[in-house]
Amino acid sequence: MFVEHRARRGAIFALLIGAAALVLTSCSGSKVANGTPSASSTAKCGTVTLADNAWVGYEANLAVVAYVAKTELGCNVVVKNISEEIAWQGFESGEVDAILENWGHDDLAKKYITEKAVAVDLGPTGNQGIIGWYVPPFLAEKYPDILNYKNLNKYASLFKTSESGSLGAFLDGDPSYVTNDEALMKNLKLNFKVIYTGSEAALITAFRNAEAQKKPVIGYFYEPNWFLSEVALKHVALPPYTVGCDAVPGKVACDYPPYKLNKIARKAFMDSGSPAATLLKNFTWSNDDQNSVAKSLTVDKLTDDAAAKIWVDANKDKVNAWLGK
Amino acid sequence: MSTALLSRTSVAPKVPIEKKSRISRYLAGLSVAYLAFALLFRGHSTLHLDRSSLTPFHDWLNHFGDWIDRSRNSNPLFLYVVNEIRSFINGFVAILRDGISIGSSIRPVPQIGWLGVVAIIGLIVYLTANIRIALLAIAGFVVLGLLGLWQESMDTLALTLAAVILSLIIGIPLGICAGLFPKFEKMLTPILDFAQVMPTFVYLTPVTLFFLIGPASATIVTLIYAVPPALRITAVAIKEVPWSSVEAAVSMGSTRLQALRKVQLPQAKRTIVVGINQTIMAALSMVTIAALIDAPGLGRVVVRALTSLDVGRSFQAGLGIVILAVVLDRSTTAAAARVSTEPTVTGPKKMHRLSLLVMGIFTLLLIYISRTYIWASTFPGSGTLGKGVASLADHTIAWIQIHFVTLTNGFTETVTYGLINPMQALLVESPWYVTGIMLISLGAILGGIRLMIICTICVVALVGTGLWSDAMVTLASTLVAAVITVALGIIVGTWIGRNKRADRWIRPLLDAGQVMPAFVYLVPFLGLFGATRFTAIMAAVVYAAPASIKLMADGIKGVPASIFEAATAAGSSPWQMITKVQLPTARRALALSTNQGLIYVLAMIVVGGLVGAGGLGYLVVAGFAQENLKGKGLAAGLAIVILGILLDRLTQAVANRRDPLAYVRA
Repeated sequence: MFVEHRARRGAIFALLIGAAALVLTSCSGSKVANGTPSASSTAKCGTVTLADNAWVGYEANLAVVAYVAKTELGCNVVVKNISEEIAWQGFESGEVDAILENWGHDDLAKKYITEKAVAVDLGPTGNQGIIGWYVPPFLAEKYPDILNYKNLNKYASLFKTSESGSLGAFLDGDPSYVTNDEALMKNLKLNFKVIYTGSEAALITAFRNAEAQKKPVIGYFYEPNWFLSEVALKHVALPPYTVGCDAVPGKVACDYPPYKLNKIARKAFMDSGSPAATLLKNFTWSNDDQNSVAKSLTVDKLTDDAAAKIWVDANKDKVNAWLGK
Repeated sequence: MSTALLSRTSVAPKVPIEKKSRISRYLAGLSVAYLAFALLFRGHSTLHLDRSSLTPFHDWLNHFGDWIDRSRNSNPLFLYVVNEIRSFINGFVAILRDGISIGSSIRPVPQIGWLGVVAIIGLIVYLTANIRIALLAIAGFVVLGLLGLWQESMDTLALTLAAVILSLIIGIPLGICAGLFPKFEKMLTPILDFAQVMPTFVYLTPVTLFFLIGPASATIVTLIYAVPPALRITAVAIKEVPWSSVEAAVSMGSTRLQALRKVQLPQAKRTIVVGINQTIMAALSMVTIAALIDAPGLGRVVVRALTSLDVGRSFQAGLGIVILAVVLDRSTTAAAARVSTEPTVTGPKKMHRLSLLVMGIFTLLLIYISRTYIWASTFPGSGTLGKGVASLADHTIAWIQIHFVTLTNGFTETVTYGLINPMQALLVESPWYVTGIMLISLGAILGGIRLMIICTICVVALVGTGLWSDAMVTLASTLVAAVITVALGIIVGTWIGRNKRADRWIRPLLDAGQVMPAFVYLVPFLGLFGATRFTAIMAAVVYAAPASIKLMADGIKGVPASIFEAATAAGSSPWQMITKVQLPTARRALALSTNQGLIYVLAMIVVGGLVGAGGLGYLVVAGFAQENLKGKGLAAGLAIVILGILLDRLTQAVANRRDPLAYVRA
């Protein structure tokens, strides 16, 4: 009992000495600026909430816009990781101010822009979107005629896996992506079974392993995408797209339309006069721009801000144009 | 988990022992008949539905979703209830986050910086547990900072705290009521079963339908999962208090309420603290799932790493979650242990009070410093440790991928051709009525008329969802994963149940496996096994095996010493001891571990929809992402719940029947 008593007293003294030491040393540290906004422009810009959809190209747009909004306009940027559909819902609830790379979604545009009038189209991001069927380059080199859909049945047996039974396996991506592939197989009479891999990550892994192990793989992919600079996938031609050929989902027998990717924003936010509204409206860049930032994010594993800084420092003129300088 | 389960399985049907052999004969007959009919009618009435096709039921659900969307700002139910709940929870979470994780527009850093948080955690853990655990907690939190995850960890802590506090506010009073009034408990049981059996993934869509995305939805999703353990264990705790001591208090003149407050609650305290522990663990296990609907914190880092295939980063954040879990688990476990030994605490009272005062002042001082100085507010350094951990994980996985690719490919194909494909062919290509009648007969054989009725309802409801074929795909993968899980449970569980040393080494691994978010190992598994059903099955096994193994080990340990000694005296070899004594006696544990294994496996197979498992899980994800598939996704969620109830009921029937002690108790 006595020993315990002494030990406890010792502990108290140690604490007191520690406290005194802390007070002495801490006096020299820099203090938290309380109550004073860090930059005068903060008050003007306020908070911008940006949706973050689940593919890397989008994240490149996001990294650069967020970085410019923070550093040039002093905005407080909040990022929300959500799927496309949910992000559109956010325009109505006020949870989301902008989507920075939108792929089509005519149904959602009709609902939120035309009918509810809570969102506005901010025009193109400058990126051309291509959705299509791709094979790894070694395969295109070995069988050059594989790049036409008419010859695919000839090679179907190459793509057989434990997942596809007697048919060839065709890999599809994230469920939220636009796809007609099941209808295409049926309507073009191709002996392939669509396997849903579930994410961009799964598709990229499949293609990367395919090229490394020289294993035949065919699947859904899209540009712009940083992965194409690592493995230059080859596009397989389908019957060319004509306006309206994809009107009935079950009867589609043509290629995907080219997408002019655009930006969507919350109407109330655009009307608020925030300087970030101008930035969002003016933001455009090329596929190469996006791929270089996307590559910094994934291959070099930089943080969003670090990746954005590299690109912004090298492209001052483009950034100034967005800001209206 | 296991405590909660035991309270679920209290009602045991009385089955005479001589019936046992007859039941085995029935089961054998049923299997033969099923196989014969399945072959005969192969390919008929399989109820296959194309990905983009919808049934009228799905359309109706779609319209329902649109209706909710339209009435959000007009219907009184939304204006006065749903929206109010939403803003209340959002506000609550915002206060906690403002306190420890993010700054506001007036203050660039949180109210309490890292030094203050560490001091508060240390003090609380010291007061409720002991100094050793307090030091562990402090070290754990500092490591979170060194990993470069301080702010994310505090977001997760704030959200978990909010969910746990609300869970306890709801769960403990209801649990006390359930403990006092058996009728009330009986009424709650099916609801709690439903909440615990239902894979968490399923209720994301319905919850966001009502509460939109954001912290409120994330908290509610977590609540659904975390309230049941709090409630159940509190009820058990109240019931555990001997009735005689309550009667004694009443006979001495206490009112019923006084007896509750003075006798039952104090005696139940220790078990209630165990319930708090379970609630915290349940809440933490929801971190990544909740991130899918925009919950801030560590889960978001993991989910984002999945989209960019960043093995290292997902492992780093997963490690952060494990550290938080270990700290919170050990602290509450130690607190529970201390509650039970409290009266024996010694030492002079006065001294104790003085040291408390000094520590309190010291903590306040640290909080003050953390509010004033930048070095004590924002965790210093750039998380070099985190980068090191991430690159180590990256390199390890890359090395495995390169060197074991033929092995993993071979393994994937063997299991797929040998197990998954035959199982799937059997279930998917048989007519729905053949499989349905098989399931109903199985219910009749295992659990009598009551279970037969439950099975019939489930089969009919499953057909009603319009997703029978997809449900069979999911069922096939689930059964294969369950077989592997149970095999692991028996082998490893028996081993660590018999061997104390092995137990000490394996158990922390099992704990880590249980709290490590599944998304963390989905990323490397994807690399190793490709986007296949097998990847989902492997992830499910990793997720489910720890619970199975633990239950099995506890069952083996629970074999009464007298039986053990008798067998040793009779000269049994170790092998005989396992097969003739320990396994048969632990049969009930085996059935329970199968039950838990199946439920866990189902939850994970569904998440496997993200990596190529197809089936119902994929439809849930698709419904979450595409406007016109919303109704189909909701229907898929419903189908998963029905499958869960079916599997749970069937295995519980086995668990109850196989319990030799049940006859004695009855």
